[in-house]
Amino acid sequence: MSRLALIDWVLITALIWLALGIAGVFLAHRFTVISRVLFPLGAINSLVLAILSLVGLVSEMQELILPIGLPGLPFHLRLDALTSFFLFLLGAASAGISIYAAGYFRKSQSSVLGLQCLLYHAFLASMSFVLLANDGYAFMVAWETMALSSFFLVTAEHRHPEIRRAGYLYLLIAHIGSVAILLSFGLMAGSTGDYTFDAMRQFADGAFWRTTAFLLALVGFGAKAGILPLHVWLPEAHPAAPSPVSAMMSGVMLKTAIYGLLRVGFDLLHAHTWWWGLLLLLVGLATALFGVVFSAVQTDMKRLLAYSSIENIGLITLGMGLTLIFRAFGMTGFASLALTATLYHCLNHAFFKSLLFLSTGSVLHATGERNLGKLGGLIHQMPWVAWLALIGVLASAGLPPLNGFVSEWLLLQSFLFTPEVPHGYLNMLLPVFAAAIALIAALAGFTMVKFFGVVFLGQPREEKLAQARDASRLSRLGLLWLAAGCVLLGLMPNVIVSLLDPVMQLLIGFGRQLDARPENWLFLAPFYEERASYSPIIFFCGIVAMTLVSWLAVRRYFHSRAKRVPPWDCGFPLQTGRMQDTSEGYSQPIRRIFSPFFKRTRQHPSPFDAEPRYLSIVEDPFWYWLYLPVAWIVEQGTRVVDFLQRGRIAIYLLYSFATLITLLVLTRG
Amino acid sequence: MTPAIILSDALGGQLINLCAAIMLLLGFAMLAQRRILSLINLFMLQGAVLFTSTVIVAYTTHQSHLYWSAGLTLTLKVIALPYILHRLIRKLSVKWDVETILNIPTTMLVGIALVVVAFNVAQPISQLSGTIMRATIGIALACVLLSFLMMITRSKAVPQVIAFLAMENGLFFAATSATYGMPMVVELGIALDVMVGMVIFGVFFFQIRQQFDSLDIRHMERIKEE
Repeated sequence: MSRLALIDWVLITALIWLALGIAGVFLAHRFTVISRVLFPLGAINSLVLAILSLVGLVSEMQELILPIGLPGLPFHLRLDALTSFFLFLLGAASAGISIYAAGYFRKSQSSVLGLQCLLYHAFLASMSFVLLANDGYAFMVAWETMALSSFFLVTAEHRHPEIRRAGYLYLLIAHIGSVAILLSFGLMAGSTGDYTFDAMRQFADGAFWRTTAFLLALVGFGAKAGILPLHVWLPEAHPAAPSPVSAMMSGVMLKTAIYGLLRVGFDLLHAHTWWWGLLLLLVGLATALFGVVFSAVQTDMKRLLAYSSIENIGLITLGMGLTLIFRAFGMTGFASLALTATLYHCLNHAFFKSLLFLSTGSVLHATGERNLGKLGGLIHQMPWVAWLALIGVLASAGLPPLNGFVSEWLLLQSFLFTPEVPHGYLNMLLPVFAAAIALIAALAGFTMVKFFGVVFLGQPREEKLAQARDASRLSRLGLLWLAAGCVLLGLMPNVIVSLLDPVMQLLIGFGRQLDARPENWLFLAPFYEERASYSPIIFFCGIVAMTLVSWLAVRRYFHSRAKRVPPWDCGFPLQTGRMQDTSEGYSQPIRRIFSPFFKRTRQHPSPFDAEPRYLSIVEDPFWYWLYLPVAWIVEQGTRVVDFLQRGRIAIYLLYSFATLITLLVLTRG
Repeated sequence: MTPAIILSDALGGQLINLCAAIMLLLGFAMLAQRRILSLINLFMLQGAVLFTSTVIVAYTTHQSHLYWSAGLTLTLKVIALPYILHRLIRKLSVKWDVETILNIPTTMLVGIALVVVAFNVAQPISQLSGTIMRATIGIALACVLLSFLMMITRSKAVPQVIAFLAMENGLFFAATSATYGMPMVVELGIALDVMVGMVIFGVFFFQIRQQFDSLDIRHMERIKEE
């Protein structure tokens, strides 16, 4: 028996996922088997995939042709550095999510559990096929499987009309995206009619067609990633889905769209046009700013996280745009720095956003509440979830020594090299982007303080919160895995950066841009150590030492015994949980400052109202600017066609009959 | 060329023309028929004629695969489908097709016009085709169009299905006359289609009747979305 190549093993892990899913259907009524055996096995499989893809990062590119699908159209698969990196992201993040799901679905007695097990694992397998695909056909098949399986996961509780609505919106935008991707592939394959990526790499038609293909890919992958203005499905679909699914969609699925954009833009089209980069910067900035401002004013914790995902996708897009600009001007070193920051942020976001979504899942599971206005003080009932969520919150806010800081710092560092871009206007424009990123990072911090403070700190706002229970053991394990990822990714940037090196070689053709040599393991420095360097470990030790010293000092010099008082009552004896600062109150300044962003409906009670009610609804203006007009146009159009629909079979038959006769007569003439 | 074969060829041509004429006649008979039972019998008869003509073509031209097609026609359209239809109407206990959308004489007039159109349209195809049956292409097309017309003018579900199956007969006849039959794969596919279609229609009939207590498809107008 010949030895299996690495790509075969990767393929086998995807097939194991599929097999686990099918097993779930056959064991549909044995709930404990599904949650105790199948999901943990899936998690182990994820770990195996993560390890395999680490090997894939450092080994040679491998290709494989699978003789399935249509006759004459086999599936081409390829495992290269870019694929390996995203497979690592998929495996590492899904390991935590799957083990969490095992605990999350533990109590579920619903008959759809088997089906969910199938869809969940099919979702995972289709994502790894998306990453492996090396021709347009296989890619689209996997892409659509991914969209459909996630759609059915989102609409798991389809009896609620708002969930059906969210699912419909998701499916609609996913289809618009798929059509755009298909057209883009069609353009690139058009000259040869060959849909393999190898053939598309040779695509050399004029600048116009290359740009069209790129723009179509941007629309298509943007729809999946949640880039403005195709983001509206994200805040609807994420709260609708079960929490492990939201974590998977936000943490991993959005990254497959980023992968697609990188694959098409950098690998297939060899982007060298600087204004493509500027375009990416502009949409990225708009997306990030929009996302962070909206996430700051949300009152539903999952919607808050969904908007925060939009923000992070915006940051990633900004990084890609900057990479494109550097690359277009031949500054490959800076380009690979910016791309490193981008990919690093993808990985970080996969970890911290999954962690946060899973924490909200635990809170939702324990309290049945998503509304921030009805939570609070949960750190006492749910210490595990609260402390692990704190790590995710700090990472998401971009604080050192956690992972979010490293990638944002690298991104800002790469923006600091923009004065060397040999283009006057860009030179003036790019610092504005850097400043905006700083603003976005600050607002993200604000949002995360609000998220953590309102959910876990203070006093409970509702009576029933006292009954909340901490997450189950398996769920804790999942959270712990992701939190450990956040910490390790933050403490070992040099390892990650050197792992990313093969991807740089592949996409930019230039690696080793960062001073990440083994002998310099302590410091991460882009290009020159004199200019800027960062050592998370020293920073971490500093923080620990400071905390220790102050704690000891307090212990030593504090004059009386510590006493416990209700938190956040400002020393006022008649304060109740309802009188604390709320999420609305806390984000009021943001609502004021960024009011042009929102479409607001407000209703203030009069001072003499016996039963005062305060109402404030913040809506997405894109509904009114873009979606409702388009829906109106479509509706008017269908009204025109509607009179053909008489509902009588005879009339429908007559239509075909008339068509047939007309065609026959026409061909005769 | 021995005289025997030439004679056989000529005789074959004559016989095929005869079959074609009978097909057309049966097509008109079905168009005019209001009783469902007779309609099924006519359909069976049409299948039998189709089988005969296919066998004759196979024999005169030595196309052995046409025997397979003929066998399929025999089992499906002469035996299986009429049997299923008989059982269906016994179960559903419908005997009469009460009214048509157009009255019968008008339908017949329209049918004649269709035959003229069909012959006119089929002329260039007949000239291109080199088979011994090329004169019958017009008739085959006319059969298709007549069945189509029948499907439009009937208001009950069962006659519509019979019309649909008769249209398939016409298509099959057109295929044998223009090109000595389609490739075997295609024919098998169509046969399967007809079978599956029949099953679906069978289920469908019962559903319609359960919903509306009648097989009148005009009730289906109610389920149109407003």
